Amino acid sequence: MKSPLRKKYDVVIVGGGPAGLAAALGARQAGAERILVVDREIEAGGILNQCIHSGFGLHYFKEELTGPEYAERFVRSALADSIEIITDSYVLDISTDLQLEVVSGRYGYLQFKARAVVLAMGCRERTRGAIRTPGFRPAGVMTAGLAQKMVNMKGLLPGRRVAILGSGDIGLIMARRLVLEGCEVVGVYELQPYSNGLTRNLVQCLDDFDIPLHLSTTVAFIHGRDRVERLTLAPVDMKCNPDLSRTRDVACDTLLLSIGLIPENELSTRLRLRMDPATGGPQVASNLETSLPGVFACGNVLHVHDLVDFVSEESLRAGRFAAEVARGLRRPGDNISLQAGENIASCVPQSLSPDREQVVYLRVKRPLKNCLLTIGDRYEKSFRVMIPSEMIRLTLAPEVLDRYFGDNLRIDIWPQERV
Amino acid sequence: MRYDVIIVGGGVVGCALARELSRYQLRLALLEKEVEVGFGTSKTNSGIIHSGHHAPADTLKGQLEWAGNQRWDDLARELKFGFSRIGELMLAQQSADLAYLLKLKAQGEEKGVTGLELWSPKKIQKEEPNLSHNILQALHAPTAAVVNPYEACFGFIACAQQNGVELFCGAPVLEISQAGESFSIQTPQHKFHCRIIINAAGIYADRIAALIGAADFTIHPRKGEEYLLDRRLQGIVTRLIFPVPSATSKGVLIIPTVDGPIMVGPTAEDVADREDLTTSFSGADKVFATVRQYCPAISERDTITEFAGLRAVAESNDFIISPSPVKGFFNVAGIQSPGLTAAPAIATYVTEMLRCEGLALSEKTAWKAEIDGPSRFARMSVAERKAAIRSDPAFGRIICRCESVTEAEVRYAICHGARTLDGVKFRVRAGMGRCQGGFCTTRIMDLLSQTAGTPLTEISKRGRGSEICYPRQDSLTAGEEG
Repeated sequence: MKSPLRKKYDVVIVGGGPAGLAAALGARQAGAERILVVDREIEAGGILNQCIHSGFGLHYFKEELTGPEYAERFVRSALADSIEIITDSYVLDISTDLQLEVVSGRYGYLQFKARAVVLAMGCRERTRGAIRTPGFRPAGVMTAGLAQKMVNMKGLLPGRRVAILGSGDIGLIMARRLVLEGCEVVGVYELQPYSNGLTRNLVQCLDDFDIPLHLSTTVAFIHGRDRVERLTLAPVDMKCNPDLSRTRDVACDTLLLSIGLIPENELSTRLRLRMDPATGGPQVASNLETSLPGVFACGNVLHVHDLVDFVSEESLRAGRFAAEVARGLRRPGDNISLQAGENIASCVPQSLSPDREQVVYLRVKRPLKNCLLTIGDRYEKSFRVMIPSEMIRLTLAPEVLDRYFGDNLRIDIWPQERV
Repeated sequence: MRYDVIIVGGGVVGCALARELSRYQLRLALLEKEVEVGFGTSKTNSGIIHSGHHAPADTLKGQLEWAGNQRWDDLARELKFGFSRIGELMLAQQSADLAYLLKLKAQGEEKGVTGLELWSPKKIQKEEPNLSHNILQALHAPTAAVVNPYEACFGFIACAQQNGVELFCGAPVLEISQAGESFSIQTPQHKFHCRIIINAAGIYADRIAALIGAADFTIHPRKGEEYLLDRRLQGIVTRLIFPVPSATSKGVLIIPTVDGPIMVGPTAEDVADREDLTTSFSGADKVFATVRQYCPAISERDTITEFAGLRAVAESNDFIISPSPVKGFFNVAGIQSPGLTAAPAIATYVTEMLRCEGLALSEKTAWKAEIDGPSRFARMSVAERKAAIRSDPAFGRIICRCESVTEAEVRYAICHGARTLDGVKFRVRAGMGRCQGGFCTTRIMDLLSQTAGTPLTEISKRGRGSEICYPRQDSLTAGEEG
């Protein structure tokens, strides 16, 4: 098919999930004219399309939507805004002068030149290999997200009697989904002494369905040559090493893994962007621009979020900043380096500017109670509970920052009590 | 069904032999118990074409190792599988190892292995800067190569089939009987008749031989665990890295696989169970603790997948390739390392053995050595990619994003016999990358279902019993009611 597409765009967005679609809308709002979204799936919307449960949009739309509903609102807005979206298309490579190489099932081999690029490729799930679970390699071991796709998109069940390793949100959601589909969920097993999912999911997906959550427990062996037959479970010590003298077996035909998400940064690494090992994503400035001028990042490719509402908000900003750069507008650069201090696992962005209100996202390393968050000596905020699975969003007024020109600014959290 | 020769076992040895015998005017069949060829020991092999100097010249494996090594360049070209002569370094980590390197160099030179050279620590650091600085010396062997063993199996069998060999997969041999000069072989579906049986049944070779009273050997499985690492580490070493070997194995190696990712392993552990393909905490600990001695930057946290395989070790510790006590029944057994390297030479050796035993071999006039292999999108230049997409738009649709595998390649795999997810994965790499099929599994299932007409619920990982999913309960009920 002859391509109806242009050769040059103001902003090209890699990925048509919630991050990419919001970035496109943000770019339009900030005056970019020619905007293209490239998505690898058959339909735009990303992983939201398989998230048929509700709970999306409470922050952003102030109402409760399902994943596909949330995605549809953004797709409709994008189309109404004349944003071009090509699906079934894959970005193979981006050059440092922002030339994109794309293959498409529909349009063949495409090349585009962009004034600004927004990376919005999302993330992937960690697999069995990442935790090196011993045992056989039977069918029936899969990530929770793949199981979700099978059940919700293909109408198939991953098994009948299911165990779930890891208490990430997708695993919790799938525990409930599979019970509703008539499967038996024998338990959710979590390596850490605390859950890795949102509190609301623990209540609504496990407690309400009498599904047991076993903390400080891991799978020490997978039995069954062709199909999972049973698992050997072991308690773990403080360092997460399994105690093989205290194992027990549980019969099941399926093991779902919900053991973490990894930002999909293959293109970023090929572009040699400076990365942050703590987030797994690129380092970005306060305008969400990476170490390569003109390349921006947002959503789960930047750092793994737990709420799509935050993804949309962050990505709208990334799109706006990308449009400014595409139009030749440059705001003052950042002059403050932001550093994760006491009890902080990661923070985004990695630098700040006092020229406008700043948004900072962070995660704590471990559950904490009654703590005080401080940024330098001008900002403090108290929190009753902080847990690693719930990302914290802060907005900082320019006056908090304007004294720190050229400095390293640290965020610290000082707990009054350990959980 | 009547044949001149039946090969039992579709590993790399059986497949290479099938292709070799397909040169001659014979009625040939190959029986494989698994759902596809190469799904036993060959699939879990390290994929190394050994340089030729490892085994002594007075052993059969020593003779066939170097002869086999020299055949792989032509085979890779004819059968379109990935192959790269990257060379190997054997490291001396303590002074006691130095003598071994000298002995091995002399052994190789006696066999005619070319290019063997001792490297100083300075040279090692220059060529492989990520290796430990504590290495005293290394023996460089430029003739070592890497290959994907399963791709070789698929290539051999595709060529054999093109030249008339009949392949029966999912056909475990249950009984063998002999009446006069003719054997009968019973599988679950068919009864086969033939004059000659070649037993290339790998880990089960002694059991197959026992069916006809020809088992004058026993196979002892020796397990090896391998760990495949993320592409992040690609290029950390550019050659195969060997320690000085022990009595039971060549040691834990660093293997730059032919597609780029680094693999580390294997362990060597004698096991009783012939189905014991399990990995273990202790295996992982051993592999990573060992390789970190020579390459400190390798971490277990980079693992994307791990697996285990079984070596078919005979008591003699050498290949058993000989006529058996039963006339017409030949054993090709105990093919442990360097079995993959030697496989092409084993095929020729067996053919000559059959000729000596009186089998009439007259060459076909129209034997075709080459096959049309899959076109690999990931290995194409931009111009080649554009041309490929113009000829078939399915090259523009990426199915496996981690390994850049297109729909055209997945369809090719299915059209050439892949019936399972592993069949697709091992032919064209879809699902072999860092997400391990997290994103592409359902798309490959759809393609398998559309192209081969199999219902989604019958699609398996590697054959019956390993189906990926079940029908939904409501569709079950609906079916029962309707």
